[in-house]
Amino acid sequence: MKCRVCRGPAVLDIRRHNAAFCRDHFLAHCREQVHRAVHEHKMFDEGDRIVVAVSGGKDSLALWDLLADLEHDVDGLYLGLGIDEYSDESLRHARGYARAHGRKLHEIDLAADMGFTVPAAAATTHRSPCGACGLSKRHIFNSFARDHGYDVVATGHNLDDEAAVLLGNVLRWETGYLGRQHPVLPATPGFVRKVKPLVRLGEREMAAYCVLRGIEYQVEECPMAEGNRHLGYKDALNALEDRSPGSKAAFLFGFIERVQPQFASVAEGERDALNPCGKCGSPTSGEICAFCRLQERAANAPSPGEE
Amino acid sequence: MKILLRNPRREVELPGPLTVDALLRRLALNPESVLVIVGDELVPRDARLEDEANVEIRPVISGGRGIPALRERPKQR
Repeated sequence: MKCRVCRGPAVLDIRRHNAAFCRDHFLAHCREQVHRAVHEHKMFDEGDRIVVAVSGGKDSLALWDLLADLEHDVDGLYLGLGIDEYSDESLRHARGYARAHGRKLHEIDLAADMGFTVPAAAATTHRSPCGACGLSKRHIFNSFARDHGYDVVATGHNLDDEAAVLLGNVLRWETGYLGRQHPVLPATPGFVRKVKPLVRLGEREMAAYCVLRGIEYQVEECPMAEGNRHLGYKDALNALEDRSPGSKAAFLFGFIERVQPQFASVAEGERDALNPCGKCGSPTSGEICAFCRLQERAANAPSPGEE
Repeated sequence: MKILLRNPRREVELPGPLTVDALLRRLALNPESVLVIVGDELVPRDARLEDEANVEIRPVISGGRGIPALRERPKQR
């Protein structure tokens, strides 16, 4: 295969674009796609301070690298989840990238700073590990950004992630979630703006980006994610994509352009029903937000062997 | 050729030469869900893999996104 741009030897083919690229033109393709997503969806205003939610995986490190390369003012925030060696290794990659590129990485550790870990939260509540992890991340990334003067939280959700979430939401007709599923969630009282600049790039492209840029990342899958529903949706979508390249992009982008606006009012109604949490002040539909309830139960649970 | 697979990490051997596409089909892997690396180099799906090649097949699918909510969901009344 030859590079679509220079006709030199290709390193990666992207079937949905019916194209292959050499190293340099593939990296340029990634920058172009992020630039396009940022401008198309008006993700940033001039002078915005951005914090990237860094997990040590391919998507978040590639996002950090791409936004910095596009000359945005961007720092990283790593959240330690307390998942044994997996979290240790993830932190090592996040620190390694920050050190090698001279970038600022904030760190929060669930165990040290919040008094619980994701495995403990899953064991002491009815939530799945992925549910406890997602709730903690959404709460902490938002509150950290709000309290430290960042205007935007950028996350590494890519085209595959968003298509899989969309499939899950459609299968259950989660109209509130469908109304909120967009590359940009604007700031509202208590919430900073949240953006997904990788929405035009697939998971395979992000892994290739890291390999070609020499960015070391956590390759192993989270041990607590095995068998989760989200991975099943990705498998199903990739089976479709293999038979019909471009299916995932058509599914997601068609939704964003033509369907999501029709559900936006449902999400707005839900948002208007939120009040400040009595404990932390974050917006919630109850008296105490879900994160504070999770934290209280998980942090106060007896250790193994205790009564 | 020696082939390193991950999640779980294991090694298998297959006779070459084979194209990347043929190798992935033989291992029943979806080309959308992996990268193929020979030595330190990424290779596209028509690349020919020789019998003596050291090949890594790296999964690119990450999960654990959990519930699809972006923000807390109001209680059902």
